[in-house]
Amino acid sequence: MSFTRALEIGNYLKKFTVGIAGCGGLGSNCAVALARAGVGKLVIADYDIVTIHNLNRQYYFHDQIGRLKVHALRENIQRINPETVVKAFDLKLCTSDVVDLFSRCDVIVEAFDKAEMKYMIIETVLDKMPGKPIIVGDGMAGWGNTAQLGCRKSDNLIVCGDEHSEVNEDCPVLAPRVGIVAHMQANEVLDILLRDFVPGSV
Amino acid sequence: MKIILNNRHETFGHDQLTINQLLEIKKFTFKMLVVKVNGELVRRHEFDQVSVKDGDDVMVLHLVTGG
Repeated sequence: MSFTRALEIGNYLKKFTVGIAGCGGLGSNCAVALARAGVGKLVIADYDIVTIHNLNRQYYFHDQIGRLKVHALRENIQRINPETVVKAFDLKLCTSDVVDLFSRCDVIVEAFDKAEMKYMIIETVLDKMPGKPIIVGDGMAGWGNTAQLGCRKSDNLIVCGDEHSEVNEDCPVLAPRVGIVAHMQANEVLDILLRDFVPGSV
Repeated sequence: MKIILNNRHETFGHDQLTINQLLEIKKFTFKMLVVKVNGELVRRHEFDQVSVKDGDDVMVLHLVTGG
């Protein structure tokens, strides 16, 4: 029975598009979770390549070192769910790119590393795409303190994380905490996309 | 004035405060702050012009690097 319902949810999610800005620890793990759930189309953007230092938390493999993250992630997603359409953009996003790439998405996931980039996309979405849901990952460096990771909402702005743990030399970003926040973001995406889902109607 | 700041009720001995004054009183000294008043984004260059008044709902979000 639960099998049927999962299938039903997967079918329902096919019609949606989710934009993911950044394909590091947050973006790569969030994208994979959404592909597994059955989201029809993912628009992913990043300019970086996979390095050995990414493998402690990001959804890439050792034999993908040196490749563009967006290409490696598209490949990994399609190995998991060949039905997911992945639009991959190799670029460093600026305000106009955010509007061009993500204005047709149902939900936008902010998955950047740098605070300045997080600010840029939040300001752009609130200013130029009023009403568009944006789910931000904010504060997840270090380990432990699981209960401090939370989620708060202000209209279409949703923030996941502890809002204070900044990455530095002594406090790196590690797989468990960034993975939790990435999956909190994916969970909030589903909460929005499944708002009008009626079991048994698909 | 009484306002809601990050989902908590707070009272200040002023009739109104600019965003910058509010941030100073609350010691929010971080560089990357997203501020919303009654759901509307306040841009950084407006922090000296926009005021918070009695009954306002204010969100101050501190953005940190990592992801």
